[in-house]
Amino acid sequence: MKRHLVSTADLGRDDALLILDTAEELSQFSGRAVKKLPTLRGRTVVNLFFEDSTRTKTSFEVAEKRLSADVINFSAKGSSVSKGESLKDTALTLQAMGADAVVIRHHASGAPARLAGSDWLHGSVINAGDGTHEHPTQALLDAFTLRRHLNPGAGRDLAGRKVAIVGDILHSRVARSNVHLLTTLGAEVTFVAPPTLLPIGIDTWPCEVSYDLDSVLPKADAVMMLRVQRERMNAAFFPTEREYSRRYGLDGARLARLPEHAIVMHPGPMVRGMEITAEVADSPRCTVVEQVANGVSVRMAVLYLLVGGATLADAPRTTELPEAAQ
Amino acid sequence: MVDGAFAAIGEGLDVRADIDIDAHGLIALPGLVDLHTHLREPGREDAETVLTGTQAAAMGGYTAVHAMANTFPVADSAGVVEQVWRLGRESGYCDVQPVGAVTVGLEGKQLAELGAMHDSAAGVRVFSDDGKCVDDAVIMRRALEYVKAFDGVIAQHAQEPRLTAGAQMNEGTVSGELGLGGWPAVAEESIIARDVLLAAHVGSRVHICHLSTAGSVEIVRWAKGKGWDVTAEVTPHHLLLTDELVRSYDPVYKVNPPLRTAADVEALREALADGTIDAVATDHAPHPAEDKDCEWAVAAMGMVGLETALSVVQQTMVDTGLLNWEGVADRMSHRPARIGRLTGHGRPISVGEPANLVLFDPAYRGVVNPDTFATRSRNTPYKGMDLPGRVHATFLRGEATVLAGELVER
Ligand SMILES: [Zn+2]
Repeated sequence: MKRHLVSTADLGRDDALLILDTAEELSQFSGRAVKKLPTLRGRTVVNLFFEDSTRTKTSFEVAEKRLSADVINFSAKGSSVSKGESLKDTALTLQAMGADAVVIRHHASGAPARLAGSDWLHGSVINAGDGTHEHPTQALLDAFTLRRHLNPGAGRDLAGRKVAIVGDILHSRVARSNVHLLTTLGAEVTFVAPPTLLPIGIDTWPCEVSYDLDSVLPKADAVMMLRVQRERMNAAFFPTEREYSRRYGLDGARLARLPEHAIVMHPGPMVRGMEITAEVADSPRCTVVEQVANGVSVRMAVLYLLVGGATLADAPRTTELPEAAQ
Repeated sequence: MVDGAFAAIGEGLDVRADIDIDAHGLIALPGLVDLHTHLREPGREDAETVLTGTQAAAMGGYTAVHAMANTFPVADSAGVVEQVWRLGRESGYCDVQPVGAVTVGLEGKQLAELGAMHDSAAGVRVFSDDGKCVDDAVIMRRALEYVKAFDGVIAQHAQEPRLTAGAQMNEGTVSGELGLGGWPAVAEESIIARDVLLAAHVGSRVHICHLSTAGSVEIVRWAKGKGWDVTAEVTPHHLLLTDELVRSYDPVYKVNPPLRTAADVEALREALADGTIDAVATDHAPHPAEDKDCEWAVAAMGMVGLETALSVVQQTMVDTGLLNWEGVADRMSHRPARIGRLTGHGRPISVGEPANLVLFDPAYRGVVNPDTFATRSRNTPYKGMDLPGRVHATFLRGEATVLAGELVER
């Protein structure tokens, strides 16, 4: 296991399960009155956000603080970065500040990989979303949520579970991270989108592809709706909002086609209308709020395993969390 | 060599010489000619100057290079092309033949004063907006027609701009996985198809810069089959490297046109071997470290290539049996000189011809070390790579510019 978490493609099955199991244990603490663990005391974690994302940033920040890390928020908006300071200069500054881990969100695909592959920085790099490439902790929290609903229990995976991911696959880092992680955990992934919103070369990905949502729904254990931006319409990815909704939107009637046990997921933020109706968004089968809570547990697990000293591969399989017991 | 020309060739010659070289095992080639070099002067002297660029050219075995027009200011007037031409003269390492811009400021809107650049001391015959595509079909047609008056050629950087908006790498399996904006092959091929038809229609000649796809090869092959006056070049890096390398997100592999697939590489090698592609051109594109030592998205496009071109050609074309050394002389000297209408270069090695010569050691084996480069920039994808061969000596009109693999002080 690597020092960094840049891509879910780098996670083997054991690594992935270790993160999910650790997150499961850590989630128990969120119910307590005192939620703090001393695990990362004295460690410095920097949240380096080149792109606005209140949700992801807050989630990481809560996770870091629950583990007692020293947290530095470095927002690139309005800082010298927007005046042309390079990623390298920023990284060298953070290195000088003694960052043990950098959580990076960047509008450019590959920026975290570049950071992890360079000698600019010695701490761990955690990808909090890069361009249209990957968003590994989002995929981990999705997998965590899926496991809780479809096959709960430590050490269990998602073998044989069918997950449909619907919408703008082309521009989605969530889809790219999920396809690696979910298949590593044994799930079968089907992407559903108009052909314009699927990347070239998708036939080589470990997934099925369908243009027809209605035929996919009856066999799905979970359906993950992706955000579709209205700007895509102007770039001719689809004709009109109305046509998109009719063909790829999830409404009450389509919800009824899903098996009884199936859940509806969304990485958020949800814009009710085009890809998901209010009726579906508010239904008890929609796990959006739960996903947010699980995000904190999963990010705590990642930080604990990467920055807490133990690497994912040599950490004990049954996590005792010795410091937490104090 | 006497007075800049070959005086005698053969064994057991009874001559006294200033320079005596043991050429055992060395290959003699006519001085190489590059159709596509970025010298960066004026404007980006931190990346390269005419002097350092021509020194790099000499180290690579070149005796003439065509300097692309995308400088600051753009080489779109007689004044700028003359300046570049004169700096080349003064360097003494390699002849510099400026390429004039097709349109004012490379903006694709208004024809630059092509005639004035031709009539200048630089005697420009090759025109290109390289870096940008002349995408307006009417402007392209007019340019092709206009340069017929002085036997000029339009060298097109074929890239349909709308199909490549935001492009970061070859569009394909790898770009899909990496989430990088794709540069589809058809964006290159559609422009080439249009331009060979335009050139045929107006009866002019067109040259296609840095072919990178198998489809582009097919179109050029078809156009040549029709008997049209179409020529094409390929870069060394497109003969060797593929888009799989982009997985590293290392900007040293970011180049325009982008690295393509293994199937494209194979098609390009075959086309160079069978003559469909006329020439190897370096697209030597120096960039200072800070323009590459950054994240992929903001990194500059391009790689240096003058000093490694012959080695890459040996590895990809000669050592594979696709081309012999005569073929190399043809694709790297004779034909590029003919396309650029250079009379003093690309000539056979025979008595009375200009003594432009490179002696190359094909048996040399070594790891590429950019610290030893003469070019001012270090953006090479071959760093640490084992490439065969080395330029032993280069002569420009009988004067040594490189001896024993070292630059000669001039
Ligand atoms: Zn070009």
